[in-house]
Amino acid sequence: MMLSDWTLWLEWLIKSLVVTFGLLTGFAYLTWYERRALARIQARIGPNRAGPQGLLQPIADAVKLIFKEELVPAKADKTLFFWAPVITMVPSLIIAAVIPWGPAIEMFGRVIRLSIADLNVGVLYLMSIASIAVYGIVLAGWSSNNKYAMLGGLRSSAQMISYELALGLSFATSIILANSMRMFDIVEAQRGLWFVVVQPVGAVIFWIATLAEVNRAPFDMPEAEQELTAGYHAEYSGMKFALFFMAEYQKMIVVSAILATLYFGGYLGPFVDRFPWLGPIYMIIKIILLLFVMIWVRATWPRIRYDRLMAFGWKILLPLSLAIAFITATGILLTDLTGSPLYFWAIPVVSVLAGLFTVAVIYRELRRKAYGRA
Amino acid sequence: MTLDLALFLILALVAVATALGMLFSKNAVYSALFLVLNFVTVAVFYLLLGAPFIAMAQITVYAGAIMVLFLFVIMLLGAERLPATNVLPWQRPLAITLTVILAMESTYLLLSRARPSGSVLPPGAEVNTVDNLRAMAMTLFNNYLLPFEVTSVLLLVAMVGVIVLVRREKGQKS
Repeated sequence: MMLSDWTLWLEWLIKSLVVTFGLLTGFAYLTWYERRALARIQARIGPNRAGPQGLLQPIADAVKLIFKEELVPAKADKTLFFWAPVITMVPSLIIAAVIPWGPAIEMFGRVIRLSIADLNVGVLYLMSIASIAVYGIVLAGWSSNNKYAMLGGLRSSAQMISYELALGLSFATSIILANSMRMFDIVEAQRGLWFVVVQPVGAVIFWIATLAEVNRAPFDMPEAEQELTAGYHAEYSGMKFALFFMAEYQKMIVVSAILATLYFGGYLGPFVDRFPWLGPIYMIIKIILLLFVMIWVRATWPRIRYDRLMAFGWKILLPLSLAIAFITATGILLTDLTGSPLYFWAIPVVSVLAGLFTVAVIYRELRRKAYGRA
Repeated sequence: MTLDLALFLILALVAVATALGMLFSKNAVYSALFLVLNFVTVAVFYLLLGAPFIAMAQITVYAGAIMVLFLFVIMLLGAERLPATNVLPWQRPLAITLTVILAMESTYLLLSRARPSGSVLPPGAEVNTVDNLRAMAMTLFNNYLLPFEVTSVLLLVAMVGVIVLVRREKGQKS
């Protein structure tokens, strides 16, 4: 090991600190961004009192949350009640470790890769951290010793587990296209052609699955007050509640970064080879645009009913993502065997046809359900 | 080498401690959580051995998927409080006897077979390199294709079985 090479340790430390503080600041301003954007969509103004354009609002919120009283239910499991928000928070931070923020840059006479860890199984790392993230929610629900919180926790985690399958298959689609699990290789494979062009349906499936995975609208079961009060965090208050909130928003940022990396060319953009510092800027622009889509979805779509959410995940999204992975693999194989680009361009065409077929099936099913029983 | 050894010792300590914690917890939820920690520690062992794929698969499959289902069942059944009395009185002597036999056998094998100079790498050990994904896929889908397919059929059979078991009969209301 290169224990003696202290500069390497320093580099890791600085990169980790930058990403962590970036995510924390990003979380604070994402709440502001979301409230302002939602207000615009709903023809309101939104928070604009604290500071210019309401820019100090996140700080005011943070101060308020820190000074709020924290309640612990009398019969709660104290240890796990304390640790559940932490267990939710940590995966949302460490999952960012493999995201490439830019090409290698030269600084202080050394080449620095703009990513904390350059794993050759980067995508699998994302998968494993995503599967760990369920624990915090299950434990929060259970340790509160409240039936509503418990049911809410079970419901949210069942949702996350179900949509993980479709998520994994859309990861696989991107891996097949890039022929590597390394995040840098996936980005470099999109030079000239983003994967969203080759496999638009895969990107859409990834997007839907991540919305369910981070519990965002229209899959935001914890926000469904009329059903189970507030889901798994019903008993949480003050800073502990803020940690759940923080984890959700950090996950939003991180999944947007992952989608940008896997399907939207990551840090690639014009002139990025000549000026490597443009890499992180392109990445941030892409993340902000994808975050806007998330907010837009929240402002536009009503919440889906829970049984339909599970049916959608298992009966529609999973078969479709299997079909997409199969179509992509077959297309790549035929292209390799015959050498003709015709098969490669058959991938998006056949995938879009499969996606349209699925939409038609959903439409027919919903029509049948709505009017068939009358 | 010394750093690897120190890491190994610390990890071994954590692994044994979490295993003991799982055995002696009075609460089934804590037992399950200790088991999760144990699985993650084992995953770090795999990383230490230069097998990142197995490490990540271990976390995703065991710590992520299987243990969450364990927790689900424990919580849904409300079975987290273990009964204080011993329900199976013959279990303890049998367990102790079997443990002693296992310990003796493994000590004997460790002393007689594990030579310090001999290579302990199994055939196909070249897959355990840092760039092991491609090599591993090649081995899996060329040399071990039939076992792989058999395993997938087995899982499929289990899945069909579950669906048959939970299926509602026609005309039967829940």
